[in-house]
Amino acid sequence: MQKTQQVQYNRAGQRVVSPEYLLFEAPREKQFMTGSEVVKEAVKRSSVDASVSYPITPQSEAAHMIGELWVEGYVGVYFRGESEFGVMSEVAGCSMAGARTVTTTSGPGTLRAMENFPMWAGSRLPIQLVLMARGVNTPLSIQPDNLEISFLLDTGCMIWHAENAQELFDMIIAGFVVAEQPDVHVPIITAIDGFFISHTREAVNIPPDDIALPPYNPYKSPLVPIDMEMSPGRFLRDPYVMKSNYISYAAHTSWQYEVRAAIERSRPYAKHYLRGLIEEFGDPEGEIVFVASGTAGAQAKEATQIMIHEEGIKARVVRIKTLRPFPYQELLQAVQGAKYIFVPEFNVIGWLEREVRRALYGNVDIPVIGSPRVAGGMTMPPEFIVKEVLEYLGKEVKHVI
Amino acid sequence: MAKLGPSSYSPYPVAMYESILNPPPGKALMYDEIVDEEIAMREAAKAMLTRDNPTIFPGPQVLYEWNEEAKEKARLVRRIADTLGAKIIPMYDYRPKYPKIDPEKEINPNHPNLTIWHNNIKACIFVGVHCHYANVALKIIRAETDCFTIALCGNAGHEDAMITLRDQHTEELEKFIRVIEEVKRELGR
Repeated sequence: MQKTQQVQYNRAGQRVVSPEYLLFEAPREKQFMTGSEVVKEAVKRSSVDASVSYPITPQSEAAHMIGELWVEGYVGVYFRGESEFGVMSEVAGCSMAGARTVTTTSGPGTLRAMENFPMWAGSRLPIQLVLMARGVNTPLSIQPDNLEISFLLDTGCMIWHAENAQELFDMIIAGFVVAEQPDVHVPIITAIDGFFISHTREAVNIPPDDIALPPYNPYKSPLVPIDMEMSPGRFLRDPYVMKSNYISYAAHTSWQYEVRAAIERSRPYAKHYLRGLIEEFGDPEGEIVFVASGTAGAQAKEATQIMIHEEGIKARVVRIKTLRPFPYQELLQAVQGAKYIFVPEFNVIGWLEREVRRALYGNVDIPVIGSPRVAGGMTMPPEFIVKEVLEYLGKEVKHVI
Repeated sequence: MAKLGPSSYSPYPVAMYESILNPPPGKALMYDEIVDEEIAMREAAKAMLTRDNPTIFPGPQVLYEWNEEAKEKARLVRRIADTLGAKIIPMYDYRPKYPKIDPEKEINPNHPNLTIWHNNIKACIFVGVHCHYANVALKIIRAETDCFTIALCGNAGHEDAMITLRDQHTEELEKFIRVIEEVKRELGR
């Protein structure tokens, strides 16, 4: 007997397909687009129900472009918040009401909205925040400084760091899928280094726009979805902060550990949809290992090529894709055989160096060098990275920077 | 299930921090081991049939969710209780209870130990409890009581329970009833 397959369509009339088909199997066409345009194309294929934006200029055009998707019927609800704090509160409301929700921010706006991120996590809301990092200090910058990622590391959100526009496209789609797993169900921050990726164009392979992710099912939520019977008031009544007794403290403790445990549960899903939590590149026997994330990963790869082909130094890159959960086991295994570990970064404090040191402490005895490090939007040419390594090794620097 | 003891500065152990993951589809988690669903069902039935004051804690997803599956699951939970000879104490509301819970009438995820202590419950089943609240409660129960915890989860499972059965819908609950009847016969009950 012939089996009949029911074809499902979303509100925009796109055919609903499995995440595996959308991410791994659907034919792709090469396009030349900015990171902001890539956000639009990914959201277009993600059956998104709601988005709220604050028109901060000149962060990126991504939020504006999601507005265009609303006009075209691809996004269910779209409106402008009164501030960054307002936006992050309003997307929480959308998500509590059962909507697949996305927004974008960067830099100071992220910090202005800060209180909301642990609130999202504690409320187990699978909101996606596309973070186009641009630093947070005065004087302001729209260049690729990713200082604000360090502030977000312990908010209870998952954080993935894309290397380029292609990875951002895939991470946005995969982000909804992983974040909405019932045993995960925490917010997902998909971060890129702003300007380099948000404002510049590169080749991106994307599937057709007449297919999209299956819609979000809020009734799989690990918390009670808010509906006609379960109002927000009921959900939030009697919070622990209102009481001072052992039961309140204890329940709150267990709650916080549960949120962190939920991030850990995302590992197998992220591993599947991102094809691993790390990427290894270069000479597998390389004694010089760069551990990097985001754009620094791309620059480290270029530096590795120079070192192997022009300097005759065996080098490799371990690129971290997921900052939360942090790939401890994968990193430990990947740095075996290394003599030196360099951590190039686009920020002044070296938050990734701290993460790497924490992961390796007591497990391997390899010097970790938090260098090179640039900030405020400075670029990090591969030759600059090579120079740092050569100087550290006491070798002659031939390249002119 | 986590080893008993504090996790870092928390008074509560967290199985995930000991790298204990939920079982893959089709399998179950027994203590910290992935096993076949039937093996876990047998062990769960044995625990409920041999320990003192076995109790089922049904949550809102079987108590009053508005769908056909919930109605059917509620009937099956009643049959499971009858077959096991277990008591039912509902977890019908997740808000903390002040000034005092009535532990004979209900259990609450924020202080589940109070109900377990009061009724001297040595084995229990969580069913129809939203995953987040089940996980919050199971961590507390693991640290504060000697109760044997079993989770019949409709989603991916609960690694903080001693036995976790995942994707438990009506068909699986019917299978569990058959397993209980078998184990009862083997125990000569």
